[in-house]
Amino acid sequence: MNIIVCIKQVPETTEVRINPETNTLIREGVKSIINPFDMYAIEEAVRLKEKFGGKVTILTMGPPQADAALREAISMGADEGVLVSDRAFAGSDTWATSYTLSCAIKKIGAFDLIICGKQASDGDTAQVGPGISAHLNIPQVTYVKKIEEVKDGSMRVERLMEEGFEIIETPLPALLTVVKEINEPRIPSLRGMMRAKQAKIISWTQKELNLDPQSIGLCGSPTQVVKIFTPKPREGGQMLKGEVPEVASQLVDLIKDEVH
Amino acid sequence: MDYLLTDEQKMIQELARKIAVEKIAPVAAKYDKTEEFPWDVLKLIALSDLFAIFVPAEYGGTGGGVLDLCIVTEELSRACGGIAVCYAASALGTFPIILFGSDEQKKKYLPDLASGKKIAAFGITEPEAGSDASGIKTTAKKEGDHYILNGTKHFITNGAEAETYVVIAMTNKAKGARGASAFIVEKGTPGFTFGKKEDKLGIRASVTSELVFTDCKIPKENLLAKEGMGFIVTMKTFDMSRPGVAAQALGIAQGALDVAVKYARERVQFGKPISSFQGIQWMLADMATQVEASRGLVYSCAREIDAGIKDVAKDSAMAKMYASDVAMKVTTDAVQILGGYGYMKDYPAEKYMRDAKITQIYEGTNQIQRNIIALQLIKEMAK
Repeated sequence: MNIIVCIKQVPETTEVRINPETNTLIREGVKSIINPFDMYAIEEAVRLKEKFGGKVTILTMGPPQADAALREAISMGADEGVLVSDRAFAGSDTWATSYTLSCAIKKIGAFDLIICGKQASDGDTAQVGPGISAHLNIPQVTYVKKIEEVKDGSMRVERLMEEGFEIIETPLPALLTVVKEINEPRIPSLRGMMRAKQAKIISWTQKELNLDPQSIGLCGSPTQVVKIFTPKPREGGQMLKGEVPEVASQLVDLIKDEVH
Repeated sequence: MDYLLTDEQKMIQELARKIAVEKIAPVAAKYDKTEEFPWDVLKLIALSDLFAIFVPAEYGGTGGGVLDLCIVTEELSRACGGIAVCYAASALGTFPIILFGSDEQKKKYLPDLASGKKIAAFGITEPEAGSDASGIKTTAKKEGDHYILNGTKHFITNGAEAETYVVIAMTNKAKGARGASAFIVEKGTPGFTFGKKEDKLGIRASVTSELVFTDCKIPKENLLAKEGMGFIVTMKTFDMSRPGVAAQALGIAQGALDVAVKYARERVQFGKPISSFQGIQWMLADMATQVEASRGLVYSCAREIDAGIKDVAKDSAMAKMYASDVAMKVTTDAVQILGGYGYMKDYPAEKYMRDAKITQIYEGTNQIQRNIIALQLIKEMAK
């Protein structure tokens, strides 16, 4: 089973600071880590490889220092890392990012499965995974909490819902995004770390991927971030007490007042 | 301070620290309370290859040395001295096989110990043979192709949980110290059972048990080295493992110092964090300096052994004695800095103090270490 895992290097903090003028993340002075949700994606891919054989390729788009994230994934048992890096990709939104990654996936070659974390801890959009599946025109299952069964050419998974879960069968190749309930990421091994240190990271730029300049970076990004702000905390609500019919009529009156 | 570690040693340190912080620190208090054997943590340590670092590459290890072992033991001890000693005691039980095993014995036992599939233990101490190891009463009598073992070992770390034991027994009582021999005994051998499990002051995540041999028949192939070499096996093993006990003490001291500094910055009295008071600052400064000095001794001694320097008994004794005395002092001071909270089990300081005490006692009491150092000093002057 050949698996591609898409990961993102993010700042190690849940308190991301934003530059108010440019509306972009302030990265200076913050240690970079693999997006925590992507750790579950890497672990699941390595477990599938250990069970069914095959190869795990880690793919990331980012600045040159994202090399460290790829090596960390290799130390956990992945086979190789691909870094897609070019100044031309700067300012990519989730659409341009998923387009660029899908082109890199085509260049990597045949695969059975793509796994992504459910979302990145910095942007929190949860759009890149689904975007990749749209660009590649393959099925997607988001918020996967368990892979129940892998058959020849298909897979049955459990998809986490707000209450309970769905069981979905999908043909392969497919794209999954995974939630933290799926596994517990392993601590790397010393031999894995030594292998990762010596691993050769494949690096591709816009030219090597032969991408249309209009579809990448800022030009290829339909999303424009106009403003980022912290919403005001919600004010406390009003509790209505009494019998249900009485409370219901009170509620109707309150809504009417609010509308007027 | 830069300890001039190699890239590989830095990697080992990073890995051990990650396990300590993420997997050991959260469960240290639980194991201290329940005295359960921490198999889940040891399995993680095994999967990360850390049991392989002190085993030669041809027998499934990564071919590291004593400094590598010290680095791991220090980092693990920083989170829990009890869990760390389960790891270090397996190294203690593995060293005699590495140092004196035949090729067959190494092939048979080392790969499983390097992978952490099995853990090891070393048995010399007996109720009447502690510091005076010549008082050993356990006997091994040769009968045809076998040895028959009889006697009791006590205070054996990893006892009952380990699969592979190296045990010292008398093959010829008349010869005294030269009549002792070392044997590999596997768990499950008929006549080999486990007695009392000790209830300890500290390092409670580790298990300390009696080994009982009643007409225990083991194949003659399980003799390590030759008959009569039991004490040489023991001395050479302790030379390798003593810096590990020193590293355990060092890690416990560092862990307690970390707790004290963190608490001093957070605890407010008289309107200020207590870290702003000179009385506290001077204590912290002394503690940190003592910890660094003990690290210097431990690392230097480990490096000497790895470089193949033969006569390390004095340096190894100094490292063990100093690091453990520092551990006792620094952990006691950490409890003092935490004040009333330091005395309570809700805070981690008191556990470090309980865990530190044993490092002054086992693998040669600090009084015995001082004997070794003094004897060597006098010998050197007489030359």
